[in-house]
Amino acid sequence: MYDFLYLALLAGFGVAIVAGPMGSLVAWQRMAYFGETLAHGALLGIALGMWLAWSNSLAVILVCLLIAALLIAFERQKLLATDTVLGILSHSSLALGLIALTLIPGARTDMEALLFGDILTVTVAEVAVVWLMAFGVLIALWRLWPGLLAITVHEDLARVEGVAVDRFKIMLKLLLALVVAISMKVVGVLLITALLIIPAATARHFAKTPEQMAALASVVAILAVCTGLAASWWVNTPVGPSIVVSGSLFFIVVFLGFGRQV
Amino acid sequence: MLIELQGVGKSFASRSVLQSVDLSLVPGRIVTLIGPNGAGKTTLVKIVLGLIQPDTGRVQRSAQLRVGYMPQKLHIDPILPLQVERFLQFANTDSGECLAALQRVGVAHLIKQPVSGLSGGEMQRMLLARALLRKPNILVLDEPVQGVDVTGQEALYQLIGELRDELDCGILMVSHDLHLVMAATDEVVCLNQHVCCHGTPQQVSVDPEFVALFGAKTALYTHRHDHEHDLDSGIVSASGSLSCQLDSPQYGSSDKGASPSDAKGRRRADV
Repeated sequence: MYDFLYLALLAGFGVAIVAGPMGSLVAWQRMAYFGETLAHGALLGIALGMWLAWSNSLAVILVCLLIAALLIAFERQKLLATDTVLGILSHSSLALGLIALTLIPGARTDMEALLFGDILTVTVAEVAVVWLMAFGVLIALWRLWPGLLAITVHEDLARVEGVAVDRFKIMLKLLLALVVAISMKVVGVLLITALLIIPAATARHFAKTPEQMAALASVVAILAVCTGLAASWWVNTPVGPSIVVSGSLFFIVVFLGFGRQV
Repeated sequence: MLIELQGVGKSFASRSVLQSVDLSLVPGRIVTLIGPNGAGKTTLVKIVLGLIQPDTGRVQRSAQLRVGYMPQKLHIDPILPLQVERFLQFANTDSGECLAALQRVGVAHLIKQPVSGLSGGEMQRMLLARALLRKPNILVLDEPVQGVDVTGQEALYQLIGELRDELDCGILMVSHDLHLVMAATDEVVCLNQHVCCHGTPQQVSVDPEFVALFGAKTALYTHRHDHEHDLDSGIVSASGSLSCQLDSPQYGSSDKGASPSDAKGRRRADV
């Protein structure tokens, strides 16, 4: 009878585990805005999926990857700062996605679910996709980790020491696109970056090594999912925002309680 | 011969940054690149490192080349928890060798410290240790004394000289400060998009092109120098380049056995 709750927990855990290391990388490389742009683009993916009557998960994953590729290409031009390019793409894709969703005939869309997540209606197939992708991303991060860290510390130094910097940067962005795609159902397009950044920032206070930070961030994200779902269950708050607010509360407690020690 | 550049040129967005630059790096020799801002020093270093390709000219590298690179600036955001040991392990995963490299540059006590909390001098020494871990036969040091106080700068240049002797490696240094680096180098290449002049520090400092580029700075050097040694402070820029050239060896030797009065004088000069 509580099947939907177990499924929600399962989906949330899948995303939380991969959000730890990926969120840490996003924080270290200052890619929060990049993630935000990908998330907004995911809305276009939903619209595309409905229009072509595809599975939503597949359409979102494809569109996220496409937008990541587009951003990588855009970053090579020197005319506009990356920040500006992201600002343009982020908000135009959000606006375009919202318009597209209202224009598609017969599509009964629950806009709130798209923007803020709808983890309680997750299906078995969607949970399977989340875990499959999360597992794949984790394995990729595991293998790429030394190189990803090396380019985080200093790109030119890494390049002189033989790291294929450009390949690692592209891989990181594509992997981030996958994480964004699977996070969408849990917290919605507007809150995905928060789910990545807040656990990582919370974990920072206890970590002495990059790996500790990544692992602890996963733990914090799992706790946030549990607390958010519990709050939603007992107090009847929307789940996605509750998960993010739980994470923020952890962060504030850690910041106020331990901030001075770091 | 470790690296040889012949007639190297590079432009960015149709603006020429380097024109027909020749440069050769050989074992056991310290070459210092000096030049004003925008002279193309960093571009030239990146060409030497193979990070960018020149538009024209030839770059020849020895097949046995192992480059140790010390970048100009390292900024580690405090959000990244990274200890010195871990930072060094990017170059060499052996903890024992990491400790040995830190000992060689005199900062073994920092091994468990977070990188983001290091002082300027500690940071530069840590970067030098990472370059050494590659067992280089060429060291490329981009502004190695940046953010280091005057006493530390001299000690660092001395360390670099010792490393050159120990490893018998070639060294390419970049600098835009003139006073200490002149004493610590075998050859100076004065760059301002092309090679203005090159040779020993003594030759270069009296070269008209050098004086035209660095006249004001050379005067500054003389001024500081005078204060540091409490000599007559009346010397001004008219014969500045000449006096700097004559004084520099004296400066180096007298400082090795720095007397208390020397140290006091230097502190006063720094204020």
